[in-house]
Amino acid sequence: MTDTLTTVADTVQAAASSGSSGAPLFITIMKGVSLYAIPMVLLLVPVIGIIKKVKVYEVFTEGAKDGFKTAIKIIPYLVAMLVAIGMFRASGAMDFLVSLLSPLTNAIGMPAEVLPAALMRPLSGSGTLGIVTDLIKQHGADSLIGRIASTMFGSTETTFYVLAVYFGSVGISKSRHAVLAGLIGDVVGLLAAVFICRFVFL
Amino acid sequence: MINYIWFGMIVISVIVGAITGNLEAVTNAAVKSAGTAVEIAIGLIGIMALWLGIMNIAKKSGLIKLLSRAIKPLSKLLFPNIPEDHDAIGSILMNISANWLGLGNAATPLGLKAMQELDELNPSQDTASNAMVTFLAINTASITFIPMTIIGIRTELGATNPFEIISTSIFASGCACISAVFAAKLLQRLPAFRKNDPDAFIEKEVKND
Repeated sequence: MTDTLTTVADTVQAAASSGSSGAPLFITIMKGVSLYAIPMVLLLVPVIGIIKKVKVYEVFTEGAKDGFKTAIKIIPYLVAMLVAIGMFRASGAMDFLVSLLSPLTNAIGMPAEVLPAALMRPLSGSGTLGIVTDLIKQHGADSLIGRIASTMFGSTETTFYVLAVYFGSVGISKSRHAVLAGLIGDVVGLLAAVFICRFVFL
Repeated sequence: MINYIWFGMIVISVIVGAITGNLEAVTNAAVKSAGTAVEIAIGLIGIMALWLGIMNIAKKSGLIKLLSRAIKPLSKLLFPNIPEDHDAIGSILMNISANWLGLGNAATPLGLKAMQELDELNPSQDTASNAMVTFLAINTASITFIPMTIIGIRTELGATNPFEIISTSIFASGCACISAVFAAKLLQRLPAFRKNDPDAFIEKEVKND
């Protein structure tokens, strides 16, 4: 995961520095902030700790102890979620769902090709990335389909994964309205992606 | 709801798998996914320990309290049930900042730390409080300023301007985040979700005082 992120970051770096490929000032600033954010936190927190006479090493290890516990606590929730999602994807039920929902896509001005990616988005990040990459390969990065798919991927999170990890880490199994709120966010994000891409790029 | 979704996915997978002849693939996926889940969790241990350690220093030196006070107006609106300068607010702020900066590796541990602090305020063992659901909504529909992964792929696949989707992503993720938070806030008022609100009992007691 970290490795892929680094290579991706390198690619972006290369693209940005290889002339004026349209990277505005905003990106340069944001990239600078992203680059310095973690080292600065890692530096400033212990510095402030020392000033406040905190025994930084002891306090760090005391806190770090919980890392193992937290990670292990997530396992049952993550297994339950990823197994169901994995089975669902492998069964071909996704194609069925796509054909079921495809009449809707025309009604909202969404290209039908984007629907599988949209349905995959709350379930699996890597799965969606695969579909989006295929779409960009097939239709081109500069096509409306490519742009909508890219925007959609960049604008929401993998709801079910986040739910399993975040609630799992504190042993919450009764999630109340969390799924519904998360899915409403996903649907609105998708509709907003379609709307804004048609508005900006058409 | 999660019970029905989970159950539905398993049942549909097996039925559709049997009809389409993908049953073997379904079995393999189940086994492989179970392994992947453990790998992901194990992979979290190191980064979790790092951030929990740093957060402990930040907490002991009063930094988290300072952050919590700084965003009081907003946090009172989003999380009315969290005491004003509780550590949870500071952790939530750090998690959201990490998300906005696209620092996924830091965002998850910081978010889990925040979730633990929300859990300390939650009278129930296994039921999510309103604050937890609102916080989860912010994370499932997090605002992204630079969607790094997709920009990388667009660059590789020869986009004229790989960065052009940044503004559209900010717009779409902003809409998603605002609506998810609104949905969380509105849904918590529905009788179906009020009846198992872990804080409801305590709220009533406070009002009677």
